Amino acid sequence: MNPEIPFFLKPLQWVGAALLGLLSETGRLAAFIGRVKISAVSFPLYFGEIVRQCIKIGYYSLPVVGLTAVFIGAALALNIYVGGSRFNAEQFLPNIVVLGITRELGPVIAGLMLAGRVSAGIAAEIGTMKVTEQIDALDTLSTSPYRYLYAPRLWAAIITLPILVFVADVIGVAGGYLVATGTLDFNGDLYIRNTMNYVTGGDIFGGLIKAAVFGAIVSLMGCYHGQNSEGGASGVGRAATLAVVSSAVLIFFSNFLLTTLFTRIGL
Amino acid sequence: MTAPLLRLKNVHKSFGPKKILQGLDFDVAPGKSLVIIGGSGTGKSVSLKCSLGLMTLDEGNIYFDGHEMRANKRSEREAMLARTGMLFQGAALFDSLPVWQNVAFRLIHSEGVSRKEAKERAIETLKKVRLGTEVADLYPAELSGGMQKRVGLARAIAAKPDLIFFDEPTTGLDPITADAINDLIVEQVKGLGAASVSITHDMPSARKIGDEIAMLFDGKIIWRGKAEDVDHSGNEYVDQFVHGRADGPIQPAI
Repeated sequence: MNPEIPFFLKPLQWVGAALLGLLSETGRLAAFIGRVKISAVSFPLYFGEIVRQCIKIGYYSLPVVGLTAVFIGAALALNIYVGGSRFNAEQFLPNIVVLGITRELGPVIAGLMLAGRVSAGIAAEIGTMKVTEQIDALDTLSTSPYRYLYAPRLWAAIITLPILVFVADVIGVAGGYLVATGTLDFNGDLYIRNTMNYVTGGDIFGGLIKAAVFGAIVSLMGCYHGQNSEGGASGVGRAATLAVVSSAVLIFFSNFLLTTLFTRIGL
Repeated sequence: MTAPLLRLKNVHKSFGPKKILQGLDFDVAPGKSLVIIGGSGTGKSVSLKCSLGLMTLDEGNIYFDGHEMRANKRSEREAMLARTGMLFQGAALFDSLPVWQNVAFRLIHSEGVSRKEAKERAIETLKKVRLGTEVADLYPAELSGGMQKRVGLARAIAAKPDLIFFDEPTTGLDPITADAINDLIVEQVKGLGAASVSITHDMPSARKIGDEIAMLFDGKIIWRGKAEDVDHSGNEYVDQFVHGRADGPIQPAI
C-alpha cells in the first residue's frame, strides 16, 4: 500500500502524475508514428487506397482551401496597403502579398483548413471503425490497419497538401491582385510584373516543404486519435476534437521550427 | 483422441485492477463446435479476442494446431489467421466497401486473387448464406441487421477456414431471423468440416449450434458437457443461467 502523502506535497504529486502522463502519451505517439512510417515504405502498398484518399483529402478540399486563400489574399492586400501608406511604402504591396502568401499564409491556412476538414474526418472514420470492431475485423482478415488504413492516408496527405498549397498560393495572390487593381487603383500589368520579379523559387519551394510536413501532421493526428478512441459516440467525438486541436498546435509549432530552419539556411 | 485444433491453457487477462480471465482452459477438436455461455461481463468476448491474438495475454498459452502462438511471433499468428474466420457481434462490415468486396476482402488483399474471380467467389458464397446476386453491389448500410449477419458469415467462410469464431451471432435479431442464422451457421460449419468456437447467452442458439457447451464464470470454465446435457448438468450455476433465474449463486450484473 502507498503511504499517505502529506497535503503540502500533493501539488508535487499532481505535477509528477501529469508529467508521467505526458511522457507516456509522447512515447505512444512516437511508437505509432514509427510504425506508420515503416508501413508506408514497406510492401504491400495499397495504391488504390492511396488514390482514393488523395481524392478525399486533396480534391474535395480544393473549394474550401481556394475560398479561404482568395479572402486571405484580399484582406492581406488591404492591410498591407493601410500599413504601407503610413510610411509611403504602399508600392511594395504586390511584393509583400506574394511573400506572405507563399512563405507563410498559404501553407499555414491550408494546413489549418485540412486540420479541421481532414484530420477530424479521419479521426471520426477510424474511431467509428474502432468502436464497431472493423479494425479488429481487418486484423483477423490478415490485413494490417497500419498498411491498409494509416499509410495510405499519410501518403495522400503528404502528396496532396503541397498541391493544395500551390493552388492556394496562386488564388491568394489573385485575391490580392483583385483588391489592389479593383479598389486601390494599382496597375494590373505592373502588379503582376512586380509579383513575378520578386518571388523566388525558394519562397515557393519552402512553402511546399512546409505543406508536406503539415500534411503528415494532419493525417497522423487523425489516425492516432481515431485508433485510440473508445467509449462509443462520445469517444469518437472526443477523438475528432483532439485530432483538430493537436494538428493545429503542431502545425504552428512545426511552422516556427521550419521558418527558423529556412531562415538559417537562407531559403 | 483427436488432437485439439485450438487450445487455451491457464489464460489470465486483467484490465487494471479488474480480473477478467483467471485461468481459462478450453480446447476444440477439428470439426467440432464448442459454445461458451456466460453472463454479461464474464469475459466471453475477451476470451475470443485473446484466442485471435487481438488482445495480449497476461499469462497462459494458446496453441493452434499444436503450435504455440507467441505474442512476438507475427508469422505464427499470420499462419493461424489464414486458417481462421470470425463473425463479429455487430458483423463489423467495412461500410466504405460494397458487400462483395467485404466478402472477398481476404481473397483480394491476402491471397492475391484477381478482382474478377474474387467477385465470382463472393457471389457464390453469398448464395450459400441465401443472399442473391443483387445484394453484392449494395453497401452494408443498405442491409437489414439479419442480412448484415449473413454477409458477415459469408466473409467468415469465404476463404474456407478450418476454425471459425462466432461472437454472439444472434444478438439483436428477432427469434425467427436468429433461428435462420443458427441454421446457416450449422450448415456452413458442418459443410466446411470446420471447428467452431461460439460465445453467446442465447440458449436456443447455444443448443442448436453447439456439439458441446461450456459455461464461463469468474474467469474460468466451470462446466463443460454435451449440448443435450446442458438442461440437466447438475451444476447450480449452469442451472440458474439456463433457466434464466435471478435467484441463485450468480448475482445479476445490475
